[in-house]
Amino acid sequence: MTSPPIVLRLSGITKRFGPLVANDSISLTLYEGEVLALLGENGAGKTTLMNILFGHYVADEGSIEAFGQPLPPGSPRAALAAGIGMVHQHFTLADNLSVLDNVAVGTEPLWRPRSDRAAAKAKLLDLARRFGLEVRPDAPVGDLSVGERQRVEILKALYRDARVLILDEPTAVLTPQESASLFDTLRRLTADGLAVVFISHKMNEVFAASDTVAVLRGGRLVATRRTAATDREELAELMVGRALKPPTPAPLEPGEPVLTLSGVTVGSGHGRPLLDAVDLTVRRRQIVGIAGVSGNGQTALAELVSGLIHPESGTMALKGEAIGSAGPAEMVRRGVARIPEDRHAAGLVGAMAVWENLIAERYHDRAFQRFGLIRRGAARAYAEEVIAAFDVRCPGPDARTQLLSGGNMQKLILGRTLAHGPDLILASQPTRGLDVGAVSYVHGRLLEARAAGAGVLLISEDLDEILALADGITVAYHGRLTPVLPHGRVSVRQLGLLMAGHWEILPEIVDAA
Amino acid sequence: MRLEPREHTPLAARLLAPVAAVAAALALCALLVAWTGAPVLRAYGLLLEGAAGSRFALTETLTRATPLILTGLAAAVAFRAKLWNIGAEGQLYMGALAAVVLGGGMLDLPAWLLLPTVMIAGAAAGGATLLGPAVLKVRFGVDEVVTTLLLNFIVLLLVSMLLEGALKDPMGMGWPQSAPVVEAAELPKLVERTRLHTGLLVALGLSALLWLIDTRTIWGYENRAVGANPRAAAFAGMPVTRVMLRTALLSGGLAGLAGVIEVCGLKGYLTLDLSPGFGYSGIVVAMLAQLHPVGVVGAAVFIAGIFVGADAMSRAMPVPNYIADVLVAASLLCMLVAGLLTRYRLRRG
Repeated sequence: MTSPPIVLRLSGITKRFGPLVANDSISLTLYEGEVLALLGENGAGKTTLMNILFGHYVADEGSIEAFGQPLPPGSPRAALAAGIGMVHQHFTLADNLSVLDNVAVGTEPLWRPRSDRAAAKAKLLDLARRFGLEVRPDAPVGDLSVGERQRVEILKALYRDARVLILDEPTAVLTPQESASLFDTLRRLTADGLAVVFISHKMNEVFAASDTVAVLRGGRLVATRRTAATDREELAELMVGRALKPPTPAPLEPGEPVLTLSGVTVGSGHGRPLLDAVDLTVRRRQIVGIAGVSGNGQTALAELVSGLIHPESGTMALKGEAIGSAGPAEMVRRGVARIPEDRHAAGLVGAMAVWENLIAERYHDRAFQRFGLIRRGAARAYAEEVIAAFDVRCPGPDARTQLLSGGNMQKLILGRTLAHGPDLILASQPTRGLDVGAVSYVHGRLLEARAAGAGVLLISEDLDEILALADGITVAYHGRLTPVLPHGRVSVRQLGLLMAGHWEILPEIVDAA
Repeated sequence: MRLEPREHTPLAARLLAPVAAVAAALALCALLVAWTGAPVLRAYGLLLEGAAGSRFALTETLTRATPLILTGLAAAVAFRAKLWNIGAEGQLYMGALAAVVLGGGMLDLPAWLLLPTVMIAGAAAGGATLLGPAVLKVRFGVDEVVTTLLLNFIVLLLVSMLLEGALKDPMGMGWPQSAPVVEAAELPKLVERTRLHTGLLVALGLSALLWLIDTRTIWGYENRAVGANPRAAAFAGMPVTRVMLRTALLSGGLAGLAGVIEVCGLKGYLTLDLSPGFGYSGIVVAMLAQLHPVGVVGAAVFIAGIFVGADAMSRAMPVPNYIADVLVAASLLCMLVAGLLTRYRLRRG
């Protein structure tokens, strides 16, 4: 059997950021008609490698060959000309322009008096039809769903005659059904002779969509396998470098309610409310998971329970006590541990020391201040304790927080909030961007807190995480929440439908439960 | 060439950055000096001599540095909280206005009571001037760079109006100037038969006090957190709005105090040329000091030295004293580059 022609060859790519080696002499080959999955934890160097390929970064060493020709480094234009298209994790579309304009922008010379829109539209529709990427060319991109926007991004690359498509974590924002449809598209593309590289840290996608899988760890290519000839266990071990066991939540009898929302509405000022008459109860010794595609009210719910925003109508109660417009400090005082969605932007002050961040929620305590003077000794000693108890890897309490890794930052936040025996834990995307080791640490801590009697509200876009931890699951869609469905009584397919707004299936689930 | 962020900035680099920036500015301005035909080294030598070469030169430099320390602190305090106060000039004049109104004979108090009263009133006037833009920023998101900058002109026109009208000195031979402050409102001299006054001690004391507040109190702790990451500070439960308004009062107050001290320590009365741009130079001072309250003292003395030294130099050589403005501006630009290089490294390719 002759192997298909080689479209891309990366040889000995090395990229350093200061002392950090993001890519360590990586060599990869991509064949025509192949889907290559680039698997690795966050920080393994996947995105860096693809950014080098697309010309955003320049490699310190190594070279790239596309279709037999050397690719000039550092030029996205050259990459495009060579037939390489990239779909970024965060879309690069102009919301106010139509689909057609977004696709055609940049492909026409500026000085031409009028653009040939009819031809452009015909080309777009032809591509859309051939690859099953259904779009409305004249719809403004701002009106499209996330799945549709991704289709536009792919069409944009195809419109520029891409023969190699790079997708950076394409499923992070999709429902399971949308992901399945994306994989279907990928198969059509490769049948047409295109080659696809997609970046992922999710195992099931690798098996659903790829022919070959390359595993990166710590900047190095540790293995390349035919997808059909490997299994989850092997890939997980390659990715992490050791065997991991999944969390096993012991069944517990839920206690009295710690958080009760009844008919809470928020942000009704502009069009659709962020939260629309939401009812929700979280009990002690219970983890309630909020599933849903991002942007369906999760952020507002997290801000509500954090004390940053307040119900416009309806009531919120903690441990049976109604709270009106308690701010963040008051929520902390009432025993709410809050793990924010974005630890860099909202959780920590990167420019300040570790100890200063650890006391940020309780610096008014007598333990840390007297007459307005900070008791630095006491604060540092406390920080040492938390650092030890939560296994934060850092040079010491005086280290600047922004020098910590993502996992250690999250441990810092866990230490700040969980060290005080909370009644309710709000965990908002608690493991986003963390490596597998840190993820299992965070999960362990949440389960520990649950066993100790805390109620946990787990908001996550990672359905696997919710399925692994939650006792009850509710789905957020357009600011509304389904009733809490007991874990085990609802299938992934059903969750996917609920996430896409097909709530007409709710009665059958609730009846069966 | 591209920039890549540094993971770690060594302390030596932070300390060396202003020195390197000043050296670069001096080197750049050497071209201008050479253009006038004057020997560069001798020109710089005369500048140094004029700034620090004698007891007189030194006291003149320190006299000039006194208001710069205060406006520098005003800028540093505000900029650390990301409140871009460009209005120190106007706040300074508001403080000076309060000084001539209250110290011009309206209050009949002994010196130990009158001086603090005038200072507090001047600081309050300056603080109140910045409070408006700060409230607009916090409540409605109005850009404070625009409002504080434009307020400078409004304040100057107000002062001009008052000096031509209600506050005009009847004994002033028709000049637009206020009546002098009473003797009890004058700051005592620090060194006899020089212009150096005890306002310098006030400025130095405030610099040290602000540093202590910054590092030792929960006030300073809140200020730093809000300045570095307001979203995280709000999430942790800190009163972000209150911190912003507090910072505005403090910053405006420091600039207002600069006005009081210029009037009560040096000029004695108010004219429209009380400040040769101390408010704006304060921004340069704060940037050179990397917004550090103690560093502000060093930066203020340096800038003051450039101005005083350039005056002396221009008297002895055909180099106009505008070279001081160019030098200060070049120092600021070089400092911005140096600051960038302490945070990022330059890489080829």
